[in-house]
Amino acid sequence: MAISAEAPAIPGILPGKVGVWWFLASEIMLFGGLIASFIVFRLGSGGWHGEAAHLSVPIAAVNTLVLLTSSLTMVQAFATAERGDQRGPRTYLALTILLGLAFLGIKAYEYTSEILAGFTPGTGIFWSFYYTMTGLHALHVLAGAVVNSILLGAGRLRNPHRLELAGLYWHFVDVVWIFLFPLLYLA
Amino acid sequence: MRESGAGTLDTHEHHAERGFWRTYVFSTDHKMIGKQYLSLGLFWAVVGGLLAHVMRWQLAWPDTAVPGWGEVGPETYNVLVTMHGTIMVFFVAMPILLGAFGNFLIPLMIGARDMAFPRLNMLSVWVFALASLVLLVSFFVPGGAASAGWTGYPPLSAKVEYTGVNWGLNLWILAHALEFAAFLMGGVNYLTTAIALRVPGMTFFRLPLVIWQQLTATTLFLLSVGPLIAGAVMLLLDRIIGTHFYAAEGGGDPLLWQHLFWFFGHPEVYVILLPAVGLVLDVLPVFARKPIFGYRWIIYSTIAAGGLSFIVWAHHMFVSGMDPRLAMPFSITTILISVPFAYIMFAMIATLYKGSIRFDTPMLWALGFIAMFIVGGLTGIFNGSAPADIYISDTYFVVAHFHYTLFSSVVFGGFAGFYFWFPKMFGRLLSEPLGKIHFWLTLVFFNVTFFPLHNIGLAGMMRRIANPLEYEYLVPHQWINVVATVGAILLLASQIPFVVNVVWSLLAGKTAPKNPWEANTLEWTAPSPPPPLNWGATLPVVYRGAYEYSLPDMAEDWLPQDRALAARSR
Repeated sequence: MAISAEAPAIPGILPGKVGVWWFLASEIMLFGGLIASFIVFRLGSGGWHGEAAHLSVPIAAVNTLVLLTSSLTMVQAFATAERGDQRGPRTYLALTILLGLAFLGIKAYEYTSEILAGFTPGTGIFWSFYYTMTGLHALHVLAGAVVNSILLGAGRLRNPHRLELAGLYWHFVDVVWIFLFPLLYLA
Repeated sequence: MRESGAGTLDTHEHHAERGFWRTYVFSTDHKMIGKQYLSLGLFWAVVGGLLAHVMRWQLAWPDTAVPGWGEVGPETYNVLVTMHGTIMVFFVAMPILLGAFGNFLIPLMIGARDMAFPRLNMLSVWVFALASLVLLVSFFVPGGAASAGWTGYPPLSAKVEYTGVNWGLNLWILAHALEFAAFLMGGVNYLTTAIALRVPGMTFFRLPLVIWQQLTATTLFLLSVGPLIAGAVMLLLDRIIGTHFYAAEGGGDPLLWQHLFWFFGHPEVYVILLPAVGLVLDVLPVFARKPIFGYRWIIYSTIAAGGLSFIVWAHHMFVSGMDPRLAMPFSITTILISVPFAYIMFAMIATLYKGSIRFDTPMLWALGFIAMFIVGGLTGIFNGSAPADIYISDTYFVVAHFHYTLFSSVVFGGFAGFYFWFPKMFGRLLSEPLGKIHFWLTLVFFNVTFFPLHNIGLAGMMRRIANPLEYEYLVPHQWINVVATVGAILLLASQIPFVVNVVWSLLAGKTAPKNPWEANTLEWTAPSPPPPLNWGATLPVVYRGAYEYSLPDMAEDWLPQDRALAARSR
């Protein structure tokens, strides 16, 4: 009998999944801290409507749609892998990465037009929060795209377990945006 | 570590195959990673201790040349205060109590062959090493190291002009970020390992208490560090690209940092305290030869204290200018938290009651922890109650308080664990007489150093002042500073027996048997030191809790967790 470091996990518990959930818990607190700080400042000052009006709601709405669609394709990648599909996971994972990159592209366009209009992180407290929150979120989208690309490159997509873990993270990043969009653009 | 199906039973041979680098440096073995954390923590303890001694010299004999350092100006003094605090909390207490003991003990005590993610574990210690390097480099960049206090309050920390420190403070933030990343990786590993890799029979309520304390501490860290990371990102952006989070003139608020910092900072002190409490809780029953008192209620108290620690943070801010109406609720939650801790202390003392106590070195340190921590806990009630705290805030009374709590955790709790598990870690026994000399000298000079600080604090001496003689009302009390400094020098000298003991033991100590203390937990069923993958072909099976000592109708006064009893006598 061989002894291996791959210790026998308790049946029914996937260590990877437990690990990812704990990681996400700490991520929730990271964005939670930012969002809570934002809300406290937002409630404490009156002039924020005016500042937020300079943001483009249509562009952000399109971006929301792009990101939500990427979550759909991510789920599809997992679902097709569970069914034992050969090509499905590859196609859907590639689509997810492309949609993630599209989100970042649109965000970059948005940043550029705002900076050209004179709104930089130093313009005021609203803009400090806006750039920090969306910037940190964009870094998370980028990290998710990198993780998905590594999965795609490694080519071991028939094991749905890894896709599920990457999906958990991807959906988390998506959910963060669902909070940021109304807070920054609509409220 | 991932080997093919044709792995070999002879783990020792396998061990040798991996060579020097894979065994000692790039190891995925949780025991080696624990020792790496221990070494880094001890290195930083020396640095942080020396900084403290330069500070103490300056306070006792202001503006005289410190031996081996030279004169200390006020700017340098600010650096010393800042870096001493940062190093001791983040680069000594956490790597030793969580990094070293957590890594070494969790898999061994739950019967796992390694952590759930061994390579992530290796990454964790290497990111911590990188954080150490960054912090070390920050001493030598132009402008010197960070000097805005270990709490890094803005506006002092937000603008270069205020302290004259530019890259030193940026690197200080970076070192923290890397350190947090390291402990996040470690934390995810600890929790996953303990949830997923327990051997059959090891239910949650059979886990040794040190594991419960490690897991609670880790959970607190994972859930509290996020807001501080967010705050640190904001601070860095304020410094580098000119955002206005903490600048009142741009619509920001310096108090935001204090809220984010202490939202993390208060759970953080329990991240340090709880593992130390766990070490002591596991040492006490072994040397009292009695079951621990109130096992489940200790766990419930720990979780309650952990939960409460998230809603007490503003007790650090009673004089900060926050809404004074917040003082009362935060005083109440703070004083509430003494209930679960008082229970844990009570359980420790009740475990001793009518025990057959063996006064071996680990036990002395554990008893020292109880005595010293109670002093720190009692002064905490004064600090936690707003009316008293407004008078003593930012005085040496607070300094005395947190040294009685943190020093007792890291040094007394840490040494209790170190002397107890050293035979398992290194396979050698330590000298008992040297260990006892080390304990008694440390206990005496710890009190000589820190107890007088209560008095000088109540006399009005503020924290972080570089020269007490500049204040006329402090001049008559200067002798207290001299006593504390002499105590500190002797406290440092008291560590010589420890160094001699460890070096002598590693070179020529007696080989340790499997279970030198006659203890029950699973790590004592593995060889000393345990080979890679900890046990041979079969893992132990657990039949009972960890503290079955002095059972009636048994010849021996201990009953290991993995021993099957054929039939229990009636």
